[in-house]
Parts: sequence; structure tokens; C-alpha cells
Amino acid sequence: MAGQIFAYIRFKDGVPDDSALELVAAAKKIAADASVSALVVGSGVDAVCNEVVSSYQEVWKIDSDALAYPNAEMIRKALINILPKDCILLVPHDTFGMDLAPGLSIKMDSAFVADAVDFEGLEGDTLKVIRQEYGGAVTTHVNCDISAGAVINVRPGSFPADESKAAGGAVVDKSGEAGDMAAGRRYLETVAAEVGDVDITKEDVLVSIGRGIEDEDNIEIADDLAEAMGAVVSCSRPIVDAKWLEKSRQVGTSGQTVKPKVYLACGISGSFQHLGGLKGNPFVVAINKNPKAPIFQIADVGIEADILDFLPELTDAISEQ
Amino acid sequence: MEILVCVKRVPDTAENEIEVNSDGTDIERDDLVYSVNEWDNYAVEEAIQIKDNVGGSVTVVSVGDEESEEVVRREMAMGADNGILLSDDAFEGSDGKGVASLLKAAVEKGKYDLILTGAQADDGAAQVGGMLAAMLDLPYASLVNKIEMIDDQKIKVGREIEGGNQEMNEIDLPCVLSIQTGINEPRYVGIRGIRKVASVEIPVHGAGDLGVAADSVGDAGAKVKRLDYFMPELGEGAEMLEGSTEEIVEKLIELLKAKGGLK
Ligand SMILES: Cc1cc2nc3c(=O)[nH]c(=O)nc-3n(C[C@H](O)[C@H](O)[C@H](O)COP(=O)(O)OP(=O)(O)OC[C@H]3O[C@@H](n4cnc5c(N)ncnc54)[C@H](O)[C@@H]3O)c2cc1C
Ligand SMILES: Nc1ncnc2c1ncn2[C@@H]1O[C@H](COP(=O)(O)O)[C@@H](O)[C@H]1O
Repeated sequence: MAGQIFAYIRFKDGVPDDSALELVAAAKKIAADASVSALVVGSGVDAVCNEVVSSYQEVWKIDSDALAYPNAEMIRKALINILPKDCILLVPHDTFGMDLAPGLSIKMDSAFVADAVDFEGLEGDTLKVIRQEYGGAVTTHVNCDISAGAVINVRPGSFPADESKAAGGAVVDKSGEAGDMAAGRRYLETVAAEVGDVDITKEDVLVSIGRGIEDEDNIEIADDLAEAMGAVVSCSRPIVDAKWLEKSRQVGTSGQTVKPKVYLACGISGSFQHLGGLKGNPFVVAINKNPKAPIFQIADVGIEADILDFLPELTDAISEQ
Repeated sequence: MEILVCVKRVPDTAENEIEVNSDGTDIERDDLVYSVNEWDNYAVEEAIQIKDNVGGSVTVVSVGDEESEEVVRREMAMGADNGILLSDDAFEGSDGKGVASLLKAAVEKGKYDLILTGAQADDGAAQVGGMLAAMLDLPYASLVNKIEMIDDQKIKVGREIEGGNQEMNEIDLPCVLSIQTGINEPRYVGIRGIRKVASVEIPVHGAGDLGVAADSVGDAGAKVKRLDYFMPELGEGAEMLEGSTEEIVEKLIELLKAKGGLK
């Protein structure tokens, strides 16, 4: 097999992200006996290194005041200087991974695979990867030539966390090799998401609408149902992009993380970014006119119907009770 | 500000049910409705708004077959000044890096201050913008949901990060940005707009015109190759409620009551 496998560790306030242990499992799926090392990059990262060191053979750290905020442009420069050319680097496919990884693969002259959901193993220099296209509607096998290394973005949540903590490695300080990180992009500040009129994160029952609602005027239909059920209306991203509902009503990775008991997904296809905001294993009812919509794979109960007809029927029946 | 926007023609997922074809070689292409990639439409709108504010021009470029001309033309109807199609049999089967290297060649034929891509396209890769920036050695920001002009050397951009928070950056020009949906409200393109650009010549460049070696792109140059499409064996999936609408509604109400979904 080619070079070493590295996992990029994302963290916040000194606590590693869930992906930190998922990537251990992902690496083992590539090659069961691989030596897997972690990369921890930031400012004051010792706590993070200590958290993950038992799960990785080695933890390579780059600790620099300049990296107090993880600016992908700067981190890319540092990684080019420290990573072995033919390594496989796994990065979570989140807003940081999308920012960092494609350009890094070009600079390292290695292959790039985006949003991998599974691996089917390595044969010689060919790694077989599983991905999805069209928002999860179809799945594909992809062959990746790793002879000159590879950068692979791995979908968060697609591998179970590897809790074995059996690698027990050492922290290696690579800060001195990071080199010049001056970049054409400078971090200024983080602007917090606006708080809306309702807090969907605290609701037990959500009537959630997606692009299937088709028109702003139809939102009434969802409002009526939510009122009859004693629920609150949430939505997928296109509804917010169209400015039909406030951003605070959006469920998903770039919106809110909700933990309802019951979730009615109405005209929502079920992209991973949407489902990434749905936690706590709720009872999911999906209503969609396409019987092959990916949402039916994760829902508990499915109804193949046009929501514009079905939701008013449901509202009427509930109101009559 | 001279702006280049990269646009891709893709099957419209809002208009089609995407399915694997019978032998798993492709998706079912019969009767598919195509349009411009949703993210790219926001990128073109943003470019037009910047041009309207500070002057300059907007050029759209697409890598694809002849049919991609239709999306280039549509974005010109929206208000882009120029369109370019990069098309050659040798481009077929290009991976993300292949597409990015073709776009790089197109960038180098012009002189642009700002290059925009969509955040992602139909295969959900979110890769071409970042690759293009690295090839051009330009600064890059992904998932951009706000652009503010500072001066002709730099701009301020907001990036969407987890939880709907926004990361503000200052970035030097020229640069490459990938645009996230919701940054603006793309204008409607009417039939009159389309008619106005119906006979505009859209230049087509092949491998020779771009000066790229045919074996460095397309299937020959790809390190990442799709083998097949398939439907994965997943768990049980949803229990589908069947029957007349009344029966389904009745069953659903029972279930909702049992699960605490009705107060
Ligand atoms: C970085 C990033 C972050 C993102 N973050 C989020 C996020 O936080 N939240 C989020 O939701 N998305 C997010 N997205 C977008 C996500 O990728 C999808 O594009 C989005 O979730 C799709 O929303 P949808 O399911 O409503 O629309 P579509 O995928 O268009 O699905 C519409 C569904 O409605 C069905 N339908 C249509 N008409 C009817 C009808 N009359 N009756 C019944 N069914 C009907 C269709 O069959 C289809 O399944 C993000 C994307 C990126 C790149
Ligand atoms: N064939 C193409 N022609 C022009 N631009 C493209 C093409 N493929 C991808 N892009 C651009 O790159 C962005 C991201 O696409 P992707 O990396 O394929 O997810 C798209 O939104 C487009 O702006």
C-alpha cells in the first residue's frame, strides 16, 4: 500500500469533533492494518492532542498563534510543508473540509475524492470509494488512483466512531516545519446566526416543509396542519433561500440541530445536509410524491402523496377529532 | 470589475426523479429536464449585481457538450455580457481536476479580477472552485454568502459555516470564490430575455484552442473514475402506508397519537 494515512481533526473549544473517531474507522476500512496518524492544527492544541492520542499511532501537531482561527488558506500552506507526498489524508466533508481539501490535493499533486460515504478496500494503488450524487438519489462506485497520494473528504456521520482507543501513540510537534503561512485571505470575525421568533430546537413536534411546497402561498397549508397538531413549522434550506421562512426555521448542518419526538418531512428529499440537523432518533414521517426519494430510506413511516392535497386532508381529519 | 462565472448544465433535481438505468452505467437520461446548476445561478446573479454597482463585465463559461450552450445562453439572458463554451470529445470523462484545468486555461485567456463558481454541482463534490484557485495560485473562499467591495485590491466576503453562522474574511483580488445559495435572489429570465440573446455567437474552444494536452484531461487524465451507479441495500426503509387517502390519514393519526405527535 502507498503511504501513511492521516486524519484531519476538527475541534471546537478544545473538544474534538465527532468526526475525530469516525475517521479512525474510515481509515481502517481503507486498510485494516494501516498506521493512522492524526493532524491537529491550531493555537493551544495540547488538550485536543491528548484527547485523540490514544486513538492514533501518532498525533502531528502544528501549534501557532497565527492559527487561533482555522483559516484554510494558511493551514493549506502549512500542510503542504509537513505532509509526506504520497500519504492519504482524510478530512471531514464539512464547511472547513470543503474549503481546505480540493486546493490541497492540487498543491500536493494527489487525487481528490469528495464526500466519500464508504470504502470497499484497496487493490494495489486503486481505492474503491462509495459516493452519492443528486442529493443522495443515487449511489456510485468510484475508483481512485492513490499512487501519488490522495486527499479524501469523508461525510460526517457515515462511519461509526471507533472507540477502541488502542493505538496509544505519541504527539509529534511539527510546528517548526509549518513554514510561511501568509495568505491572501484574512479572517476578521464570526457573525452569529440571527435568532428568530420561534426556537425549533425546543419543539417536540415539527411539521417540516421542503421544496415540495412549491409556492410561498402554500406555506399556509403547513401552518394550518401545525396549528391543528400543536406543532411548529420548520423547513429545509431552499425555503429559506427563497426567503419564504426565516433562517431560524431551517433544519440542517447550516441551520438548526433539532431533537423532536416526531418529525413530519413534507416534500423534503432527504439530503445529508438536511438530515445532519435531525438528532435524537425522532419518529420520522415522510410525505413525498416520489416513492424513490432518499428520505424514505431513513423515515419510519412513508406516504407517497402530493403534500398539497394530503396535508389539508390530514389537517381536516385532526381538526374533526 | 471583470468577472468570470463557471456554470454547469445539470439535470434539474426539482423537475426529475433521478434513477439508475437498467444496467447501472448511468442515470436514466430519457425525458430528463436540464437546467443550470442551482448554485451557479446565484453566482451569476451576484456577478451581475457587482457589475451593476461598480462597472465591468460578466463572462460565463461552461465545460460540456453542445447542449451546454443553452445554459450559457440562459445566463446571458440573465445579464451576463459574454459566454464561452469549452467543448471537445477529449474532455469527456474528466474528473474534478480535469474540469478545473480546463477552466484554468479559459481564465488565462482573459483577464479577470474575480472568478466565481457554485459551491457544488450535481455530483455534490464541491471541488472545482478550490482546485481552480490552487491551480491559479489565487486566494480562495468557499460557501460565500456575502460579498462587499472594499477597493480594487480587496473585498470582504462572508462564508457560511455550521449552524448558520458566518465567517467574515478580507480577501485579496484577484481571487476565486464559491457561492452558496441564498446569497441573493436570482432574477427571473423571461422569454423576451432569451429571445434577445438567441442569435449571439458563443465561441467554442477545444483542447487545441486552450493549449491543453488532450491526454491530461478527459478519461485519459482522470485519477478518479466513476465505475457505476447502483441502489445500495439499506435497512428496511420506511413502512409505506397504503390504501385510500382516508385510510392513510386514519392510520397516520393513530401513529402520531402513539408517538406523541398530537396534543
Ligand atoms: C454546505 C451546504 C450546507 C447545506 N445545509 C443545508 C441545511 O442546513 N439544511 C438543508 O435542508 N439543506 C442544506 N443544504 C442543501 C441540501 O444539499 C439540499 O439542496 C436541500 O436540503 C434540498 O432541500 P429539499 O429536500 O427541500 O429540496 P429537493 O431536494 O428539491 O426535494 C424536494 C422534494 O419534494 C418532493 N416533492 C416535490 N413536489 C411535491 C409535492 N407536491 N408533494 C410531495 N412531494 C413533493 C420531490 O419529490 C423531492 O423529493 C446545504 C447544502 C450545502 C452545499
Ligand atoms: N463542467 C463544468 N463547467 C463549468 N463549471 C463547472 C463544471 N463543473 C463544475 N463547475 C463549477 O464548479 C462548481 C462546483 O462543482 P463541483 O465541484 O463539481 O461540485 C460548480 O458550481 C460550477 O461553478
